[in-house]
Parts: sequence; C-alpha cells; structure tokens
Amino acid sequence: MEKEFIITVFSENKVGLLSQITTVFTHRNVNIESLTVSESAIEGVHKYTIRVCNDEEKVANLVKQIEKKVDVLKAFCYTPSEVVLQQIALYKVQRSRNVEELVRRHNVRILDIHDDYIVLEKTGHKEEIDEVYQMLSPYGLYQFVCSGPVAIIKQRRELMSEYMKYVEEKQKQIIKENNKQDLMIWQK
Amino acid sequence: MAISGFSEKAPAAAKENLPHISGSDAVIRSLIAEGVETIFGYPGGAITPVYDSLYDYRDKINHVLVRHEQCAVHAAQGYARATGRTGVCVVTSGPGATNTVTGLADAMLDSTPVVLISGQVNSSILGTDAFQEINFIEITNSVTKWNCQVKRAEDIPEAIARAFYVASSGRPGPVVVDITKDAQNGMLDFEYNQKKFIRSYMPYNDIDNDSILEAARLINFARKPMVLIGQGVILGNAEQELREFVEKSGIPAASTLMGLSVLPTGHPLNMGMIGMHGNYGPNIKNKDCDLIIAIGMRFDERAVGVPANFGINAKIIHMEIDPAEVNKLVYADVAVMGDVKQTLPLLTDKIAKNDHSAWIDEFRLCANIEREDVIEPALIHKGPMLRMGEVVNAVSNVFKDAILVTDVGQQQMFAARYFRFSRPRSIITSGGLGTMGFGLPAAIGAKLGAPEREVCLFVGDGGIQMTSQELATMYQSNAGVKIILLNNEYLGMVRQWQELFYDHRYSSTELINPEFDLLAKANRIPYRCVAKQEELEDAIREMHETEGAFMLEVKVLKEENVFPMVPAGEPLENIRLE
Repeated sequence: MEKEFIITVFSENKVGLLSQITTVFTHRNVNIESLTVSESAIEGVHKYTIRVCNDEEKVANLVKQIEKKVDVLKAFCYTPSEVVLQQIALYKVQRSRNVEELVRRHNVRILDIHDDYIVLEKTGHKEEIDEVYQMLSPYGLYQFVCSGPVAIIKQRRELMSEYMKYVEEKQKQIIKENNKQDLMIWQK
Repeated sequence: MAISGFSEKAPAAAKENLPHISGSDAVIRSLIAEGVETIFGYPGGAITPVYDSLYDYRDKINHVLVRHEQCAVHAAQGYARATGRTGVCVVTSGPGATNTVTGLADAMLDSTPVVLISGQVNSSILGTDAFQEINFIEITNSVTKWNCQVKRAEDIPEAIARAFYVASSGRPGPVVVDITKDAQNGMLDFEYNQKKFIRSYMPYNDIDNDSILEAARLINFARKPMVLIGQGVILGNAEQELREFVEKSGIPAASTLMGLSVLPTGHPLNMGMIGMHGNYGPNIKNKDCDLIIAIGMRFDERAVGVPANFGINAKIIHMEIDPAEVNKLVYADVAVMGDVKQTLPLLTDKIAKNDHSAWIDEFRLCANIEREDVIEPALIHKGPMLRMGEVVNAVSNVFKDAILVTDVGQQQMFAARYFRFSRPRSIITSGGLGTMGFGLPAAIGAKLGAPEREVCLFVGDGGIQMTSQELATMYQSNAGVKIILLNNEYLGMVRQWQELFYDHRYSSTELINPEFDLLAKANRIPYRCVAKQEELEDAIREMHETEGAFMLEVKVLKEENVFPMVPAGEPLENIRLE
C-alpha cells in the first residue's frame, strides 16, 4: 500500500551527489514528490529532505541504497507523524479588498505591495497552502510557487549526533588498529 | 574540490623534503604506492601526460595496451578476480571513457574491485562541449561504487587513495577517478597516505553476536538445511572458513555461478550449482529445505528463479556484508551482517557437529536422475558431431588446475556445469551483466595476474567476435591463454530460447563466421581445428603442450540445448531436464 514517507539524508558536500541520490530513485522508477537540500546543524554536512509516496518495503530498500552511496553519512526514514513538517509558498495576486481580507483571516504574510499586485507568503502544511491557493484563485493569481517540506524529527534522541559520535569512535579504533599493524610490520 | 577531507587550502607549514612533481607523475607514483604492477589501458589526448609519466616508470609498471577501452576494464576484472587485488585501467576522455561503461557495469554487478583513471579536458573548458569532453561522472553514477573528478594536481594522491580503499573494501566495486588535463600537468608536493577510513563510508558492519547465536540455534535444530555459497566467500578470502563451517555442520552446499570453485567439485558436501542451468538436486530441493544459509550471495533471479517462491518452506539465514542486499529480494529470518571471513568462524564455533546423511542421500538420488537424464547424454559421445559438454569434460581432464574463464552463453553454462574445480578462485565469468565479449579480455587479465596457472577460455563463435581485436593484445602482452572456441555457427543461447519458447523461429541468430584459422594466424596464435571425437584428445594434448597461447576451434553440434533449465520467471522446482 502506498504511504507517504519523509527520507532525510545526511551527506558530505560533494559535487554531483544530488544526481547520485536521484539515480537511486530513477533506477527503481520511484517518483520524488519533493526535495530540499540545505546545510545541516553539523558543519560540512548537508541535509536532504525527500518526500515520497510508496509502499513501506520499497522505501526501506531505497533508504539502504541511498545510505550505500560512499559520500552519504546516514539516511533515515520517517512517517509524517514522526516529524514536524513545514513548507513555504509564495503567491503573486491582484490587489483587491477581498484579498486583503483573506490575508488577515488565514495568517498570510504580505511580503511586497505594488499598485496592482501583492506578494503573499504562507508557511504551513501542504493542505493549508492548498487552501489559500484555492481561495486566492478567483481573485487573479498571477504566480504561485511552493517549496518542498523541511522536517525536524520529534523524537528526543538526536540520532544523527549519536551516529557522528559512533563514527568518531570508529575512526579512533581504526587508527589504533592500523598503528598496531604498522608497529608489527615495523618490528618484523 | 569539494570533498571534505580533500585539502581545501595548502597546508599551513609545507612539509620539507616532499618531492615536487607533476600531477601525472603523482598518478603513477600513487599507483606504485598501492602496489600496482600491471595496468590496462589505451592512451589518448586528455590522458597523454599520465602516459608520458608512465614512460619514466615503465620498469615498475607493466602497461598492457588493449585494443578497445571496454576490454581494458574486462582485463582488469580478470586480473582482479584471479589475484584478489584491485585491477587498474587508464583511458582518455570522451570516447575512451564512454567505451568503458559496459566494463564498469559488469564490474559493478559482479562486485569486482577496479580503479579506472580517466583523462578529462582542461578544467577551464569543462562544460563547454570541448573536443572529447563528456560528463563522465554523470554517466558513471549508476555503474560505479564511487566516482570523483579531480581538477587540481594536489588532490590527486588523496583521490587515488580513496579510490583504492573504496574499490577494495567492504563489498568491492568499480571506482572512477576523472582527472582533468591541467591537474595532470600541474605541480604538487607529493605525499601518499593509504586510506583506511572515510567518515561517510562504513564498509564493515559491527558483528552482532545475537544474530550469530540465533543463526547457530536455527542450524542446530534444522533437519533439512542447505548452504548456498556466493561470490562473497571468494571476495572475502573465506574459502577455508566456509569449508570448516560446512564440514562441521555436515550441511549439503550448493554454489551460485559466481560462487563456484569455493568447494572443490569432488567435495562430498558439494551438491553443485543452483540456478537456471544449475544442478537438479539443489534446484528441486530448495522447496523441501527447512533452512537455507545463504553466504555472500544476493539472490539474483538467475540463481533463485522467483524470489518470492524461493525456499518457501525454509527459514533463511543471510550472511552478507552489504546491508542493502538484506531483505532486497528474499526476506531473511536472520541476517548475519559482516565480513564472512570473520562471521563464519564465530558461527562454526557455536554450531554442533552434525551429520545429515539421510538428507544428503535425497540429493544423491537427484544427482543420479540428473546423471542419467542429462549428464551422461551430454558427456558420452554419440556422434557424429561433438557436443559442448564433452569438450569441456575433455579439457578439464587435462587442465586439472586451470582457471576457467568463460564468455556468455551456452558455452558458459556447459563450462560452469562440467569443468571440475580443484582450488578456489578458479572461475572468472560475467554473471550479473552477462556481457558477451567478456571472456577474451578477462582471460588475458587473468593470465597476466596469475602467470603460474593455466587459463582456459571457453568462448563461442558469437562472443569471440565481439572482442576478437584483443587477440592482438594477447600476442603483444604475451598472455598465454588457451582459447577453446566452441563453434556452432549460432548465437546458441538465444537460439535455444527461440527453439523452446518462440516456436523454432531463428530470428537473426545464425552466424556466417570468418575463417577462424585465418583470424588466429593474423594474430600469430597457434591454432588447430577439431570436428571429430577421435582427434579431440590429441588436440587438447597439443594445446596443453604448446608453450603460451593456443586457439582450439571445435566444431560442435549446431543445435544443442543446455539442460537442466529453469524457464525464466518460473520457480526453481519447475526445472526441466529436457
């Protein structure tokens, strides 16, 4: 059964990595509903937020394939209820009394005002953004643009920070083992 | 270059006494630092600086000049699989690079460690559709384990160190390092450090003792277990560990095509090969098993038929290094993650010594049926024409310790079925991608990697013509490959499908061939042709006694089919013996 999932990917900032990640989807003929890329809270690490609709098993395999990419640090998969999701939409609409009333009622921000049009911003869930779109449509909507969602996990544990600690431990361990090996070779 | 770990700035205090050399020299010295002795390649515009540096190091690195870049990769694959080391190729930009894609895809699907160094146009003209410019990174995204483009000389050692580490660690695979010409020409202070750690790349999983205990419990209670050996055992150099595990548990074992030669053919617990043209026993018995222990394999549909029906009454233990393979096609009741070299001894330690002779007898019964219905008809001469199976058998009788290299098609299946293996790393074949033309270049690579061993190449009249230009490479590089050309004047495997599933409509599968004696002669390769059984043994002896390369053309029965056969898309138990 198809369900909505939010995949978050933490990666090195490498040229061409976006293409590598999207290849994982195209290879399996899975459509990306939306995608946003930005820096994460960890220095030098980029975060991808990808929304897909597919069955759970297929998505679980996709996540493993993404994580397999050498420059990907870690990928997680969530259901929408496990994360706080927000997206942003901008509307360029003809000026009228009705529009200004809608703005007040729906908590929409005004970004720019001209003689004949205004630019509005709505932040929220997809449904809220769609609702505003529907309401503005009759009043001459010139342009509309909407971002994909960004997501923050609800759970208390910071999985990515924990993983980075694990990676550091691993690095220390490997360096220690190699030094031991080098020493053994040297002693021989 | 924006890969973390790559030096973004020059180091604060330049280390003293580092040699100041060119990027192209750095390429070669990095290869030497990795212990590379043989590389396969083809020069061209954007890689000329590297070839110029190679000239200075020609006493240290043997460059094998192939005749087509695809074959550089196949030869590197053959080299890698014969030696267990990383194969290396060097090609130019544009067409040189795109020609390698089939080879890279083959190495990707068969998890072969290969490092490909490709030239690229100057970084100042990247993206301008310059002469012989192609976006090779984009093209190779889906056929490499990792790739990167280097635009500054000082990044070359780090990029190559990463490439070797990624290609050879964990589940191995092909890696591309695309180096712009200005990076090759630029200067750097050379220092090489082998990579052992990349923070975004964890090739070895932490071993989970609980999964090993659970696997041991299932094994100890199983009544009808079967072991499936994949190439992972060879890639992990765990043949001995596997053998100890199988012998202690007393469990019958079968191999995938890629896992052949891990157990010697005559081993009492070796039940043969599973899969489309595998042995009757392991194929038919998979539904009777109550436990299947899959070791270093990925449940390819050619090996397991319909994954959903595979081992339908069995619990599955999957021992695997690549987390993405677990539960991809077949659900694993217990996944033992990690390098089998480490996990197998831990598991062997926890299992009870056992004996499954009654269960093994069931396999023996199947083997008897197969012997009567398939093997004897295939191996015992009925005349007048020779058949592929009897040729493989006769060659195997003489070349007892050889590395078997095959092309793709009927000869591949006959060779896999009837060649007898006495030691590990004795089969090199294109299993995943099924690349016709793979055989000849791979055999050259294998022979150069393992000169002390005989290399027998079985190839069809179709396959050899896909890469027959490499006969010249074989002569120039003095690779003493024994070529057994099984000529049935058909693209036999496709013809077999046309006969069985397309009502004998032989669409474009008949070949009118060149005179192979002239082809051999043109390439200065000793040649003999055999059409009768009486001459076969003598011809094989002549091939064996001839120093160096030899081509033995055998004219075989034109319309022979490989059996047993599991029709594509059907479960293994639908195996047909005729």
